[in-house]
Amino acid sequence: MSISERLTRFFASRWGILLVGAVIGLLAPLLQKAGNPPNMGICMACFERDIAGALGLHRAATVQYIRPEIIAFVLGALIAALVFREFKPRAGSAPLVRFFLGMFAMIGALAFLGCPWRALLRLAGGDLNGLVGIAGLVSGIAIGILFLKQGYSLGPSRPAPAPVGWIMPALMLVLLLFLLLRPQFAKDGPIFFSKEGPGSQHAPILISLAVGLVIGFLAQRTRFCTIGAWRDLLLMRHTHLLTGVGALFVVALFTNLALGQFKLGFTAQPVAHSNHLANFLGMALAGLAFLLAGGCPGRQLFLTGEGDSDAGLFVLGMIFGAGFAHNFALVGVPDTLTRGALTVGGPGPYGQAAILIGLVFCIALGSTMREQQKPS
Amino acid sequence: MAKVVDARGLSCPQPVLLTRRAIEEGQFPIEVLVDTATSRENVRRAAEQAGLQVQVEVIGDEFKLTLRR
Repeated sequence: MSISERLTRFFASRWGILLVGAVIGLLAPLLQKAGNPPNMGICMACFERDIAGALGLHRAATVQYIRPEIIAFVLGALIAALVFREFKPRAGSAPLVRFFLGMFAMIGALAFLGCPWRALLRLAGGDLNGLVGIAGLVSGIAIGILFLKQGYSLGPSRPAPAPVGWIMPALMLVLLLFLLLRPQFAKDGPIFFSKEGPGSQHAPILISLAVGLVIGFLAQRTRFCTIGAWRDLLLMRHTHLLTGVGALFVVALFTNLALGQFKLGFTAQPVAHSNHLANFLGMALAGLAFLLAGGCPGRQLFLTGEGDSDAGLFVLGMIFGAGFAHNFALVGVPDTLTRGALTVGGPGPYGQAAILIGLVFCIALGSTMREQQKPS
Repeated sequence: MAKVVDARGLSCPQPVLLTRRAIEEGQFPIEVLVDTATSRENVRRAAEQAGLQVQVEVIGDEFKLTLRR
């Protein structure tokens, strides 16, 4: 067996997924220590939202930054895929549907204020709202499983010419240039960089890039997925991917404790709100949308790096959805403490309506998209 | 004649679900066609957990897994 095959076997093993979960669980709190926002060492939803803001797709001044981690997740996965000969440009599995799933996944995640990764990291930082979010997430996944059992499918993708797989990595390089050169395209125009708020809090670029590349590489090899973890448990009693998620949580918990980043409670948690219903339903929508698209937001980025243009379109849908969510005031507002008085945040009426619309959209898809008979 | 499951191009977890369905039908051997290493690993893992023997063949850019009791 060649070294490449041995490595592939290792990464596909229980130890492989355990290692990657542990690495993420260690590096995410360290990114926070290095400057990323609290309980947000890594968050695909928040970081793609920040990129949307930097590009001017929304104008929420506190959440605008080109997050190097997102760029590096795609490029790290690309490098792994090239090294191990798994880079395969492909396309054609209901692309438009995936774009909208990405959009609604983002709307749900931003109602909660975090993706499935951040839900774990929030809980590992003592934010008990993370537990409510995860309960919602698993409920959304459970609904999606009912559709899977009935034959839900977005249909097969097809191999595609090389450019199809290279467009998203190229876009990531363009974003990297924007980050490094900070061009201003018009007076008072983008690229925007937050001067205060979460968007202004970030680790040094090189550290973010390095961590992102490591995680992107390892996650591509092990197929780490925070949605697949729960899905495989509920659907097939398989615990392989869940081992990685468990390792992420446990290691992040102890790293936070060691770094003094742990604060237990529901209220006054950083970049979070304690509107339980919104946390639950927002993540239920996100979980359902991610499940219907075949993987968590991290996994979609890693697939994008492998040349999967349908996953790339899902990512673009998430970024578009983030712009839309902020422009239309759909996002959850954090709790505020004023002179000891707590004001519970959460999404406003439009945000609540958007969650319901998203759930209706996903349920309609889940009950109508079926496997097509392939011509033999 | 082998039962053929064509799971090429499908998202997770459909290749594994289709394989499980074929296993439940009980007609062996089963040939599962997949086009990504991820699906190859997932199908292999599921089949091995079901106590089956798995043989993997590389065909061009794709894989054929033969599942036997």
